[in-house]
Amino acid sequence: MRGLAVFISDIRNCKSKEAEIKRINKELANIRSKFKGDKALDGYSKKKYVCKLLFIFLLGHDIDFGHMEAVNLLSSNKYTEKQIGYLFISVLVNSNSELIRLINNAIKNDLSSRNPTFMCLALHCIANVGSREMAEAFASEIPRILVAGDTMDSVKQSAALCLLRLYKTSPDLVLMGEWTSRVVHLLNDQHMGVVTAAISLITCLSQKNPDEFKTCVSLAVSRLSRIVSSASTDLQDYTYYFVPAPWLSCKLLRLLQCYPPPEDGAVKGRLVECLETILNKAQEPPKSKKVQHSNAKNAILFEAISLIIHYDSEPNLLVRACNQLGQFLQHRETNLRYLALESMCTLASSEFSHEAVKTHIETVINALKTERDVSVRQRAADLLYAMCDRSNAKQIVAEMLSYLETADYSIREEMVLKVAILAEKYAVDYSWYVDTILNLIRIAGDYVSEEVWYRVIQIVINRDDVQGYAAKTVFEALQAPACHENMVKVGGYILGEFGNLIAGDPRSSPLVQFNLLHSKFHLCSVPTRALLLSAYIKFINLFPETKVTIQEVLRCDSQIRNSDVELQQRAATVLEEMPPFPERESSILAKLKKKKGPGAVSVTELDDSKREAGELNGGGERATDSAAMAASNASTPSPSADLLGIRSSAPMGAAPAAAGSLLVDVFSEAGPAAPAAAVNNDGFLRELEQPTDTSDSLLVEGSGDADSAPPSEDPAAPLPDADDLLNKFVCKNNGVLFENQLLQIGIKSEYRQNLGRMYLFYGNKTSVQFASFSTTVSCPGELQSHILFNAPLNVQSKPVEPLVEGGAQIQQVLNIECLSDFSDAPLLNIKFRYGGALQNLTLKLPVTINKFFQPTEMTSQDFFQRWKQLSQPQQEAQKISKPTTAWTPRSSSQRYIAGFGSALLDNVDPNPENYVCAGVIQTKGQQVGCLLRLEPNAQAQVSVTLHLAQCERRAQQQVELETEGIERKDGEREKKDREIRLFFFLASLRSKQSCCPPTHTAPLHSQTLTSPSPQAAGVRAPAENMLRGQLSASDQLSLLSACDDLQEAVEEPSSSSACDDLQEAVETFFPGEFYPSVSSCDEPAGGCRGAFFIQVSSILLSAPVTTCRRL
Amino acid sequence: MMVIASGAPVRVSASRCVLLVPRSLQRLFKMQFMLLFSRQGKLRLQKWYVPLSDKEKKKITRELVQTVLARKPKMCSFLEWRDLKIVYKRYASLYFCCAVEGQDNELITLEIIHRYVELLDKYFGSVCELDIIFNFEKAYFILDEFLLGGEAQETSKKNVLKAIEQADLLQENIDFQTRLFGGVMVPGLASEASGLFQT
Repeated sequence: MRGLAVFISDIRNCKSKEAEIKRINKELANIRSKFKGDKALDGYSKKKYVCKLLFIFLLGHDIDFGHMEAVNLLSSNKYTEKQIGYLFISVLVNSNSELIRLINNAIKNDLSSRNPTFMCLALHCIANVGSREMAEAFASEIPRILVAGDTMDSVKQSAALCLLRLYKTSPDLVLMGEWTSRVVHLLNDQHMGVVTAAISLITCLSQKNPDEFKTCVSLAVSRLSRIVSSASTDLQDYTYYFVPAPWLSCKLLRLLQCYPPPEDGAVKGRLVECLETILNKAQEPPKSKKVQHSNAKNAILFEAISLIIHYDSEPNLLVRACNQLGQFLQHRETNLRYLALESMCTLASSEFSHEAVKTHIETVINALKTERDVSVRQRAADLLYAMCDRSNAKQIVAEMLSYLETADYSIREEMVLKVAILAEKYAVDYSWYVDTILNLIRIAGDYVSEEVWYRVIQIVINRDDVQGYAAKTVFEALQAPACHENMVKVGGYILGEFGNLIAGDPRSSPLVQFNLLHSKFHLCSVPTRALLLSAYIKFINLFPETKVTIQEVLRCDSQIRNSDVELQQRAATVLEEMPPFPERESSILAKLKKKKGPGAVSVTELDDSKREAGELNGGGERATDSAAMAASNASTPSPSADLLGIRSSAPMGAAPAAAGSLLVDVFSEAGPAAPAAAVNNDGFLRELEQPTDTSDSLLVEGSGDADSAPPSEDPAAPLPDADDLLNKFVCKNNGVLFENQLLQIGIKSEYRQNLGRMYLFYGNKTSVQFASFSTTVSCPGELQSHILFNAPLNVQSKPVEPLVEGGAQIQQVLNIECLSDFSDAPLLNIKFRYGGALQNLTLKLPVTINKFFQPTEMTSQDFFQRWKQLSQPQQEAQKISKPTTAWTPRSSSQRYIAGFGSALLDNVDPNPENYVCAGVIQTKGQQVGCLLRLEPNAQAQVSVTLHLAQCERRAQQQVELETEGIERKDGEREKKDREIRLFFFLASLRSKQSCCPPTHTAPLHSQTLTSPSPQAAGVRAPAENMLRGQLSASDQLSLLSACDDLQEAVEEPSSSSACDDLQEAVETFFPGEFYPSVSSCDEPAGGCRGAFFIQVSSILLSAPVTTCRRL
Repeated sequence: MMVIASGAPVRVSASRCVLLVPRSLQRLFKMQFMLLFSRQGKLRLQKWYVPLSDKEKKKITRELVQTVLARKPKMCSFLEWRDLKIVYKRYASLYFCCAVEGQDNELITLEIIHRYVELLDKYFGSVCELDIIFNFEKAYFILDEFLLGGEAQETSKKNVLKAIEQADLLQENIDFQTRLFGGVMVPGLASEASGLFQT
C-alpha cells in the first residue's frame, strides 16, 4: 500500500497543524470521491482507502464515512482485505451502529468457515467490539467452539477470551451451564497457551459463581505445582527469561484467591509446598542479570504473597512473606521497593504478621525520608499509617510530622489527616495530642482542614486536665512571628476560653494575651477576625481589667467602620459592656433575697435590683423607667449607647455559626463513641450548638423538657386574660407578669437589636415547698407551622430548679433571638406541685415585634423625604381608631409611645399635636425601616400611618409584605379608662433565601398546573373576585398558594418565558399598578416574585384585618 | 485512652473519585487500555478494553500523557492515577503505558509490555518508532494476537509470530510483505528511527 505510506509521510512532513488539516481534508475529499465514484473499486483500493481513513481517525480526526466499504471488505476472500476491514470495525464502529447486522452476518460466515485464521479474525473482532448485539448473536455459539474437540488451539484461545469479553459486557447472555465442567478442564489442556487464555475466563466466572467452578481449585493447584517444580527449560517457549510460565503462574495464583484455603488436606499440602518453593526461589541467586528475569520471578512472588495474605491462616508463611518483603524494602530497584511497601500495608493488618511488619519501622521511616519518587514516599507513609499502634505511635507521628515539612504538596492533605487520626487514636496523654495538632498547624497549616482543628478544640474542652496546658502551648505557639491563620483561630478559641488558666503568670497576663492575639488580627481573614472579636468578648468577661484596653484598641481601629457587616457588629458589641452571666448575678440575687426576706418581689424591688445590678456592673446610669430610656435612646442612638448589654450567647455563638454546625457535624460522625452530652456540659460548646436540643441547652420549641414534665400532662391552655397580661408589656419591659395566691412572676427584660434577654423571677408566696417545678417556653402553633421557614423566634432557657421553698424566689434567664418577624408571643408553661395538687398554667411571654425596634433619629427634612419615598400603597398602612377615652396631653403620652421602641421625633411634624416616630425593626435576617405618624384629632380619633422601607444595607432583599395587627395598650392598670388602641401594620422584608414558598395546603384548582400560563389564568378569577371584595379568607389563602406554585414554576430554569407570563398575569390582575422591578431586575424570577408579592399583599391589606394573618 | 477515637473523616481526594466505568463492571476488566506515545506526546497506538466515548478517551489520553511525561527517569514504573494503576515503561523514544485495576499484578503487566516490545522487535527486526507509525495496522494485529480483551491470549513469542507470519503468507500481494517505510524512506526524527531496544 504505497499510497498509504506516501500519505503518512506527507502528513509527517507537514510543518504546521493547519497544513496537516489541509492535507487531511484533501485526502478525505479524494477518498470520498473514490467511494462515490461510478467505477467500482477493487479490493486493494478499498483496503488502501479504508486504511487511510483509519490512520486519519487515529490522528484524532472524526471519520463519518467509509464504514460501508469496511464492511464490504469483511466478505473479501483475501485475508489482508478482511483483516483491514475487521481492524477498521474494531476501532471505529461503536456498538449501536446500524451496520451491526451486516457485520454480524460477516462474522457468522467467518466463524462457520472452518478456516482457523478467519475464525480468529472474527473472534478478535467480537472481543474488540464486545457489544450487546454481538453478545446476543454469538454468546451461545462461542462456548461450543471453545470446547469442541476439533477446534484448533489458537481458535480456542481466542474463543475463551472472546467469551470472557462478552461475559463482562452482558453476563446475563453468557450461560455456561452444561459447558462448565469442560471449561474447567481446559486447565488440564496440554497447550499452555490454551490454559493461559482459559484461566482468565475461569477466574472471571469463578468470581461470579464460585460454587459451580469449585473443582478448578484442585486442578489449579496441581497445574501450579507442575509449573513451579519444573526446570526452567521444560516449558520451552513458555519460559520467560528462565522463569517458567510467569503469566500462567500469576493467573493460577490469582484464581486461587477467589476461594478459601482448600479443605482437602492433600491439596492444601501441595499448595503450601508450592508457596514455600516460590518463597525459597526468591532466595536463590538469579539465573539472569536481566531485569525481566527478576520481574517475572517477583511477579509470581508477589502474587503468592497476595494469596498468603488472602488465606491469612498460615503464620509461618505470613512471617516469611514479611521477611522477604523486608529485604525488598532495601532493594536497589525502585519498583520492588514500591511494591514491597504496598504489600506490607496489607500484611500489617494481619494479626499474625503485624508484629513482623513493625520490625521494619526504621527502614520504612528511612524510605519516607530518602526516597526520590513521591509515589514511593506515599507508599511508605501509607505503610507507617498501617503499622502504627500504641507502642510506636509517638515515633511514627513524629516522623510523619517531620516529613510533612518537606512533603510533596500533592500528599500533604492526606498526610495531615493521617497524623491527626493517629494522634487522636493512639494518644496516651492529652498534652502530646495537643502538641501534635499544634505542630501540624504550624508545619502544614494550609492543609489542616477544619475538621482537624475543631477536633482539638473539642478534646480540649472535654478534658479539664489539658486545658491549662493547651492555653500555655497555644500561647507559646502564637509567639512565633509568623503564625498560620488556623493557629490564630485555635489560639483565639483556647485563650478566649481558658486564657484565665495561665493569666496568673505575669508573662502571660490577660493584657499580654490580648496584645498577642491582636497582633495577628490585621493579617487575618474576615472569619478569623470575627472569631478573634468573639475571643475579645470572652476576655472582657474573664478579665474585666482588659476592658478599657480592648475598647480603646478597637475604637482606634476601623472595625466599626469595616465594610463587613458582621465584623462591624461584633466590634460594636465588644465596645459595649458585656452583660454578666447569669451565674455571676446569683450573688446579687442572694443579696437581694437577704435584704427583702422571703416573699414576693414587687415591681419596684425588681427595678431596684436592676439598678443595683447596673451599678455593680459599672453600667453607669441605667434608665429605669421607660421615659428616661426613651430620652437616652433619643439622644444617643449610636451602637455604643451605654445600655446594659443584653448580649448573651449570640455574639459569641454566632461568631462561629458555621463553625459550630460543622463541629456538630463532626460530633454526629463520631457516632456513639463521642459522648456528646458530656461535651455539652461545657459552656463553650453549648454556645456553638444552639440549634441542637441537648439536655442543658434547651432550644425551647414546644418539645418540652421531657425530664421534668411528665408527658401525660399537657400544658394548660393560655389563661383567658393572657392577652391582657401581655398587652401591659407592649411598651414596657419590667414588671409583674402574673400573680395569684400561690405564685408571683416578675419579669425584667432587655433588648438590643434582634436579641433579647429576659429574667423571670418565680416567687413562692406560700410557706409550703413547690415540688417538680418546671417551666417550658414554646412558640405557639402558628409560628411553628411554617416548616420551611425557621421559627421566627429562638428562645433558649436553662431548666429551673425543681424545688421552690416556701417564701423563696427562683430565677430563670431566657435568651431570645428574633430570626424573622412574628405575630404571636411565645407561651410560658409552668407546672408544679403544691401540696400534691398539680398546678399548670400557661402565660404569654411579653415578646412582641416592637421589642426589636431600634430607634432612629432623623431631621424633619429626612423624615418627610423618606416618608414620601415610602408612600407607595404596599408600603403604607393606615388605621383610624377611636380611643375609648379622651386623648391625653402630649407630655404623658410621650413616654408610652417612646416605650413602643421607635424614636419619638420632636420638632419634625409641622402639626405639634402629631407624633412622629422612626425606627428599624431588627431581625436576624433583615432590618425593616419603619416610619410612624400618629395623628390625634379633635374628634378624638387617632390615625396611625406607617411607612416602611427596606434597609439600605440589605437593599437587594426581596419584599414580602405581611400584615400583623398589634395591639398597643396603656401599660398601667389603674389608667385603664385611658386606654387607646392602636392598630398598625408591620411589613417585613424577608430575604430571598428564606422566601421559599411555604408548603401550600389548599391548591386553588385541582388540575395540575404544568406551565405558568394556565396557572396564571387559574389565579386570575379569584384575584378579580378578591378585588371586588368577594373572596373569603380561605380563598385568599388558596390564591397565595397558587402564587407560590407559579413562582416555583418561574424559578425553574427551564421556564425562561415564565417571567413574561407572570408579568402578564400580574398586569391583568392589577392594571396600572405594575412595578419596574420585573423588567429591570437582574434575576427575572426573583424580581417578579418580589413584585408579585407586593401586589397580592396589597390586596390583602385592604381586606379585613382578621383575614390578614400570616400566610 | 481517648474517647473520641472512632471515626475521623478521611477525605478521598477529588482526583481519585472519577470512575471510568461503573465499579461493578470495572472489577471485571483487568487491563483497561494501552497507549503508546512518543516523548513529544504524540499518540502512536491506542487500544481500549473498556467501552468509553471518544471524548473520554481523548481526555484520558491527554491527562495521562502529561502525567507520565512529567516523570523522571529513575522513578518507579507504577503510579496511581484516578482509581487505576498505571504501569509504564519507556523504550527509546516511545512510552508504553497500560492502565490496570488497582489490585492487579504490576510486575507481570510490566513484562506484558516488554513481551509486546519483543514481539514488535522480532517482527520488524529491530523495531523503531517509524515502524509503528508506518505499519500501525501491523502493530494492532500483533497486539490482538498477544492480548485479547485485555488478557494475555498467547504468551509464547513463537506462537504469536507464527500466527502473524501465517497471515502474511496468505497475502497475495508480495510487495506488501516488504517493509513499507523502507520503500519510501522519509526524513524523520533520529529518535523515531532508532531501535527501541537501543536506549
